[in-house]
Amino acid sequence: MLNEIIKEIFSAQMLSLVWQGLLETLYMSLISTAVAYVIGLPVGMLLVVTDKDGVKPNPAVNTTVGSIVNFFRSVPFLILMVAVMPLSRLIVGTTIGAKATIVSLVIASAPYVARMVESSAKEVDRGVIEASLSMGASTMQIVRKVILPEAKPSLIYGAAISSTTILGYTAMAGAVGGGGLGAIAINYGYHRKETVIMWLMVFILVLIVQVFQMIGSFLAKKNDKRIR
Amino acid sequence: MSNNPIIKIEGLSKTFGNGTGAITALDNINLSIEPGEIFGIIGLSGAGKSTLVRCMNLLERPTTGSVIFDGTDITALSDRELRKVRQSIGMIFQGFNLLMQRNALDNVCFPLELAGVPRNEAKKRAKELLSTVGLADREKSYPAQLSGGEKQRVAIARALATNPKVLLCDEATSALDPTTTQSILSLLKELNQKIGVTIIIITHEMKVIEQICNRVAIIANSQIQEIGPVQEVFRHPKTQAAKKLIFAKEDYTEEFVGKGRYLRLVFDGSQTDRPVIANMVIKCGTVVSIVYARTKMINGKMYGHMLLELPEEQEGVNKIKAYLDSENITYEEEEYNA
Ligand SMILES: Nc1ncnc2c1ncn2[C@@H]1O[C@H](COP(=O)(O)OP(=O)(O)O)[C@@H](O)[C@H]1O
Ligand SMILES: [Mg+2]
Repeated sequence: MLNEIIKEIFSAQMLSLVWQGLLETLYMSLISTAVAYVIGLPVGMLLVVTDKDGVKPNPAVNTTVGSIVNFFRSVPFLILMVAVMPLSRLIVGTTIGAKATIVSLVIASAPYVARMVESSAKEVDRGVIEASLSMGASTMQIVRKVILPEAKPSLIYGAAISSTTILGYTAMAGAVGGGGLGAIAINYGYHRKETVIMWLMVFILVLIVQVFQMIGSFLAKKNDKRIR
Repeated sequence: MSNNPIIKIEGLSKTFGNGTGAITALDNINLSIEPGEIFGIIGLSGAGKSTLVRCMNLLERPTTGSVIFDGTDITALSDRELRKVRQSIGMIFQGFNLLMQRNALDNVCFPLELAGVPRNEAKKRAKELLSTVGLADREKSYPAQLSGGEKQRVAIARALATNPKVLLCDEATSALDPTTTQSILSLLKELNQKIGVTIIIITHEMKVIEQICNRVAIIANSQIQEIGPVQEVFRHPKTQAAKKLIFAKEDYTEEFVGKGRYLRLVFDGSQTDRPVIANMVIKCGTVVSIVYARTKMINGKMYGHMLLELPEEQEGVNKIKAYLDSENITYEEEEYNA
């Protein structure tokens, strides 16, 4: 029995399936994280800048953008996945597989990223921003030359957290035809009751989370000049 | 005084919040600061000093009134124009406010970068400035690797990078130990003399004002109470608020004085720096005891009050008075029966 399972796991066919799943998972999480940052970074900055204690307070913009972000943050991921299927078809031409998953992953995670970015940016000392203002910096210069570079370590650390969160989403996406390790875990572990395969997938996912987190912490520390 | 103040503040008031929670931080401030002077603003914590200095570069917008910098009312400028003017008004802070992710050189380059100065030129100027403030060898150091005094030197170099006409200092030495404070104050004085930059110093410490300011304004209860040359204001504080600040312990009569006759000596800087009391004792041949003294040396001259307990016999008293007259020391006899 055990022999059979081991044989199945390490069969060439299974190995290539897992390898395929791993690549798909990495592809989905990394692309989604990147695109989520393309959207989330400027939105997060907009939230910080327009905050009532920000460089250019604008309650109307801040409340509107904040509400949209909160709305997407509060929709459960699985429901969001199903809800954005038409949009996936429009953008990538399909509603299943890795590519389709990326669309919903981005929509689900960009607001999360925006909040992560906002929180990192808010850590920047108000005094430094004031000093920059006193030197005649414009809002754009404050964002690009002060907030982003000063918050860099925290932003990198946040990116590690975001990417692991997004990794978790990819696993969930497996349940509704998303592909990747999550899909393998559900197909084999849940539908065919091959728990060993399921736990193997979980183990690989845990490993990836660890690696992402380690890389993030390392880069954050390496980029931080506040440490003597 | 010249007719062209570098900063002129007219009818400036600042209220934070509104309704019942409103706080009036500044109330009808009028102030003229002359080019090239070192002007001190002193007051207790919460008096409105920071708010006043922040109104000078519009980090804080006055509720009413105008701020005229070098002939232009800057409250009427557009954002873009204001940013340009701010390049002519440097500012340093209690907390230094350096960019923590940039080294000393790049911190000094920062305002030049904002102003669009080419990188090479900016670097050259930044290096010059760092050596002016005595940190030529620390250009690669990050703020976290510098001491408080060194950080403030970098901040000074940075504030001066764009050749400002005015340097605003908000409690710039309040986070530093006394020795470092001395060296930063000397540097400021030196810069004032060398490059002629007008310096406005906000502080709650008398000794900072005494050491480098030409004129001082005393601020209390959101208003300027007194304004004038440092020696004059510190010698003859007129308002209650100023007296409270300058002679922090005005209740000394209760603390030190018993029944008897006393002589209050007033040192107003016009006396010689010889040891007057010791000479008096020798010359008059009478022993007196000092029951209270609050004197300060400002620019090498003595200011303050001293209370002497007089001898019983009138002859000794007369001798003492004659001596004080000859030494040009003002005095006043006081009697306590408590
Ligand atoms: N942004 C602000 N919002 C509300 N109140 C403020 C603000 N800044 C200063 N104040 C109030 O204005 C008064 C003067 O403050 P400040 O100018 O900082 O005093 P100082 O620098 O003399 O200690 C204080 O009562 C302070 O609480
Ligand atoms: Mg203050």
